[in-house]
Amino acid sequence: MIRDITLGQYYQKDSLIHRLDPRTKLVGTLAYLVSLFIFTRPLVFALAAVFLILVLILSRVPFSYMLKGLKPILFILIFTLIINMLFTRGTVIFSWWKLNITIEGLKQAGSMGIRLVLLILGSNLMTLTTTPTRLTNAMEHLMRPLKLLRVPVHEIAMMMSIALRFIPILLEETDRIMKAQLARGADFESGNAIKKAKSFVPVLVPLFISAFRRANDLAMAMEARCYHGGKGRTQYKPLKYKGRDFAAYTVLILYIAAVVVLGKLC
Amino acid sequence: MKKKNKDKQPSILKKASSFLSIRNLKYEYIRRDEENNVEGITTAVDDVSFDVKAGEFIAVLGHNGSGKSTLAKHINAILFPEEGEVILDGMDTKDEEKLLDIRRTAGMVFQNPDNQIIGQVVDEDVAFGPENMGVPTAEIAQRVEESLKTLGMWEFRNASPNRLSGGQKQRVSIASVIAMHPKCIILDEPTAMLDPRGRYEVIRAARALNEVEGITVILITHYMEEVIHAHRVLVMDKGKVKMEGTPREIFSRVEELKRMRLTVPQITELAWELKKEGLPLSDGILTREELVRELTEYKHRKG
Repeated sequence: MIRDITLGQYYQKDSLIHRLDPRTKLVGTLAYLVSLFIFTRPLVFALAAVFLILVLILSRVPFSYMLKGLKPILFILIFTLIINMLFTRGTVIFSWWKLNITIEGLKQAGSMGIRLVLLILGSNLMTLTTTPTRLTNAMEHLMRPLKLLRVPVHEIAMMMSIALRFIPILLEETDRIMKAQLARGADFESGNAIKKAKSFVPVLVPLFISAFRRANDLAMAMEARCYHGGKGRTQYKPLKYKGRDFAAYTVLILYIAAVVVLGKLC
Repeated sequence: MKKKNKDKQPSILKKASSFLSIRNLKYEYIRRDEENNVEGITTAVDDVSFDVKAGEFIAVLGHNGSGKSTLAKHINAILFPEEGEVILDGMDTKDEEKLLDIRRTAGMVFQNPDNQIIGQVVDEDVAFGPENMGVPTAEIAQRVEESLKTLGMWEFRNASPNRLSGGQKQRVSIASVIAMHPKCIILDEPTAMLDPRGRYEVIRAARALNEVEGITVILITHYMEEVIHAHRVLVMDKGKVKMEGTPREIFSRVEELKRMRLTVPQITELAWELKKEGLPLSDGILTREELVRELTEYKHRKG
């Protein structure tokens, strides 16, 4: 069961958005997130929402799937809304005991809520349409200029992809060790937080030992297959911009321009 | 690649001289305590010498701790000899400039299938070796397809390695090595963590590579059944090569094997026991068919 965990919640489908170069999607998402925070006008939010919905339709990811992504942040969302509503000074329209609700507060809460929802939906859309491997690949490419500053870009990307490969394996192993310790009478359920945390020591110790052993084996296997860093390395599936990526970048620039115009003029 | 055509099919006929030659190899593991003082020395490989011809299928047998894995790691320069030398295809493994050439000449498949798959998708893992070697993109795709098809794993090319069975994972690992077009592959207990079915898959794949592609295979194992098809068997115990010969020769020496805590294949053992009881059977019977034939012959003769 545990091996079915997919990281980055990729939703398999063959759509225009899925086929876009991961770099395009990464840059696009970042630009979109920034566009949400420059202006506070309702028209800008309306435009951002329309843009997101259009991309969502193109991606053919079911809307219910997108909404699932909002669940984990529901609490933060409601909390932010209440705080903003209650603690913004301005014209009071409703007052009870020491709590005042103001027009400004409502506005603030509204724009914050819309921003958060669009922000989560926007970044979810990227992870739903891009595999973690391709995302790592895109990050390696986009960070390339940092090589001049001696940032080990290739190594960072390699570490990320190895981590992604081993997370499911280590999860499975944790599960196995926990079962083994349960069979020996370990108790992970009862007691207070500190006692519970302590009861995990017998799980963590073997897990760490095995992780180190795996790391050692893996390093040896990589060396045996001629790995010697990023130097002189070719790529099996190199990233290549295609026509659709240039089209996407054009749309993105138009969108940003529209946001700026709406934000400044209206 | 420059050596692409040449290194594809080395046959025994083309190259009669030795492909791998190990001379007086010695390797010690030194255990140290917390203050870095020497606590004890274990000699893992002790004065081992042997030769392997191109295209041979060699099996190295030995129980745990006999030094067979340490020996294997010397062949593709993961470990370096402390004494003696290892010459692979004319290259001394101590020559650091030849390191990558040595590793691409002798590929290695390890014991644990999970700890040697680097890619998150099967085809990416197979491409890892060629990528490191700097093979051009178009040729990598070709090599990936070729080696996955050779191992019968092409239909799984887009699968996550986590969803494969142990035997399938090991076949992917072998394909990953084959994609580097090695002349020799070393299998370091590739079946130790597999079920019987997975073991069968892996051994069959190794034999096919040897027979069809002409790749030199060095199989390290402690399962007797797996060495029956080897051209030559080396038996290791306490770091030394104790026996060398064809599987038949080795398995005729049942008592010696037992002394080294090795068991012989069931059929060989049965034949040996029968012979001890006075039946006139030949030494080193390896397969059921052989035993049945000898027994029926005996019955006919007896009338």
